Amino acid sequence: MATQNTRKLARAMLTPSVVILFVWMIVPLVLTLWYSFQSYNLLNPVNNGWAGFSNYYYFLTDPSFTEAFVNTLVLTISVLAITVIGGIFLALLLDQHIVGQGIVRILVISPFFIMPTVAALVWKNMLMDPNYGIFAWLATRLGFAPIAWLQDYPLFSIILIVAWQWLPFATLIIFTALQSLDEERKEAASMDGAGAINLFFYIVLPHLARAITVVILIETIFLLGVFAEILVTTGGGPGFASTNIAYLVYHQALLDYDVGGASAGGVVAVILANIVAFFLVRIVGKNLDA
Amino acid sequence: MGKIVLEGVEKTFGAIKVIQNVNLTVDDGSFVVFVGPSGCGKSTLLRLIAGLEDVTAGKILIDGVDVVNTPPAKRGLSMVFQSYALYPHMSVRSNIGFGLKMAGRPKAEIDRKVEAAAATLNLTPYLDRRPRALSGGQRQRVAIGRAIVREPKAFLFDEPLSNLDAALRVQMRIEIARLQDTLGTTAIYVTHDQVEAMTMADKIVVLSAGRIEQVGSPLELYNKPDNLFVAGFIGSPKMNFIPGAAAGDPGAATIGIRPEHIAASRDSGTWSGTVTVAEHVGSDTFLYINAGPLGDLTVRSVGEMGVKPGDRIFMTPEPGRIHRFDPAGHAIVAAH
Repeated sequence: MATQNTRKLARAMLTPSVVILFVWMIVPLVLTLWYSFQSYNLLNPVNNGWAGFSNYYYFLTDPSFTEAFVNTLVLTISVLAITVIGGIFLALLLDQHIVGQGIVRILVISPFFIMPTVAALVWKNMLMDPNYGIFAWLATRLGFAPIAWLQDYPLFSIILIVAWQWLPFATLIIFTALQSLDEERKEAASMDGAGAINLFFYIVLPHLARAITVVILIETIFLLGVFAEILVTTGGGPGFASTNIAYLVYHQALLDYDVGGASAGGVVAVILANIVAFFLVRIVGKNLDA
Repeated sequence: MGKIVLEGVEKTFGAIKVIQNVNLTVDDGSFVVFVGPSGCGKSTLLRLIAGLEDVTAGKILIDGVDVVNTPPAKRGLSMVFQSYALYPHMSVRSNIGFGLKMAGRPKAEIDRKVEAAAATLNLTPYLDRRPRALSGGQRQRVAIGRAIVREPKAFLFDEPLSNLDAALRVQMRIEIARLQDTLGTTAIYVTHDQVEAMTMADKIVVLSAGRIEQVGSPLELYNKPDNLFVAGFIGSPKMNFIPGAAAGDPGAATIGIRPEHIAASRDSGTWSGTVTVAEHVGSDTFLYINAGPLGDLTVRSVGEMGVKPGDRIFMTPEPGRIHRFDPAGHAIVAAH
């Protein structure tokens, strides 16, 4: 179907969406780049003009940047680890034949349908609140002092919330892959003498490699930009203990009113994301080659 | 050693009896083929022997030991699957050696055995390839290599050739038969293709609806079918069945005569009819004939025979090649 005619038609039909997407992306990017080299603080409108690289210098040398950078990595890697390992485990369980399979599967998937703000508020108020949360009630019942999760373990709490939201996604993708595993291949392995553990490591896990790669790539894109969960729970604090780079940019722009500095932060975040993406694709992307 | 004995084996799925009271002895070193139409239970029976399904009742003895409660890997059998079931992420070498690796054999021994198996199957140049880089026939050979390298008591083949094209199927059929002969290992082979069954087997087991219809050597089944089912299933084209009364034999409910045992002639014969279709395949001519009260008959005539649809034709059955069946469909053994 690749005649001259169809190719021309395809290009003509694609043009509007390509143009719109291009403008959509290029305008904000150029504006961000422009502001990042300007002195532009809403509290000090008189001081404007070219700032050179000073915005970048201040953003990168600020101790909060290092902390946010480490937090971003810890958050992303921890959530990836929890969701991938937990997802494999849940998918293996869901693959068993049980009564009410359909309902169980829907229940497992459901957290993914809850918007981040709502999920974070539910965790903050219903579960983690040191006075009336369920965790606190459980702790008192068992004779322990209730833990103020969001104050004492802010980053860990955020990791829990975000992992809870992304676990269904990982489970779903891995479960689908698991179901496509040929039954005869498992039987062949069992004839070859592979027990449950060997079957998992030699047959099932390699079969899941591609699905796991997809989960890691997609989740990383979203996990580098976690924001709503932080905003409604800890507000990045105490101090900068639960601030990631996305939240730091917000902090700079809308709490410190430093548009120039925030733009520089945005550019830095884009560059960091690309570096991460580069290594990620190098490490796990090779699984995607068919 | 690999003598397999089935005693009263039964298998039910829910309320459906898939295998009904099967008694069978597979002698050591023999090549036994299970053949039957789709859904007759032949694959299920093989999977019961392999241990991939649990028997509902009965015993499976391998070299005199009941293995009904033994897991598949401990039965000392190896299986070649219809889909080959190769491990796509492993090289050919690892695929063939996987069973030995799982058995915890030393690496040197695995390498030696894998290379020996690969040499037997002409797979040596492909040892480091992945299965997806192989052709259908090569994949099939890897699956066979995986089976032989474990030196099992018996090979189980589950329709191994059905995914190959016709030419390759004939070639692999010969290779498998030759390999089994060289190794002298017992083999049980499941197929729905009676040509495969006839050409490969020492002993054929014809199954229908979960029951054994007849067990015997290929020529026994061809010459002395026990019943209408076996008579109709073995042989190609199918045996002609004629109501006994119409054929002038009131002692039998049905008589059967194979297409190759009817002589066709333009001039004279016992029966007559009109040609409806004539298939000329060169070496043979197959005539489909409407023979009035006898029904539709198929006749094989050797060589080229210039008949056209609509031609009148005479037929003479070869004496001594007529099979007689009683109303229940069983062969009437006594000669008349």
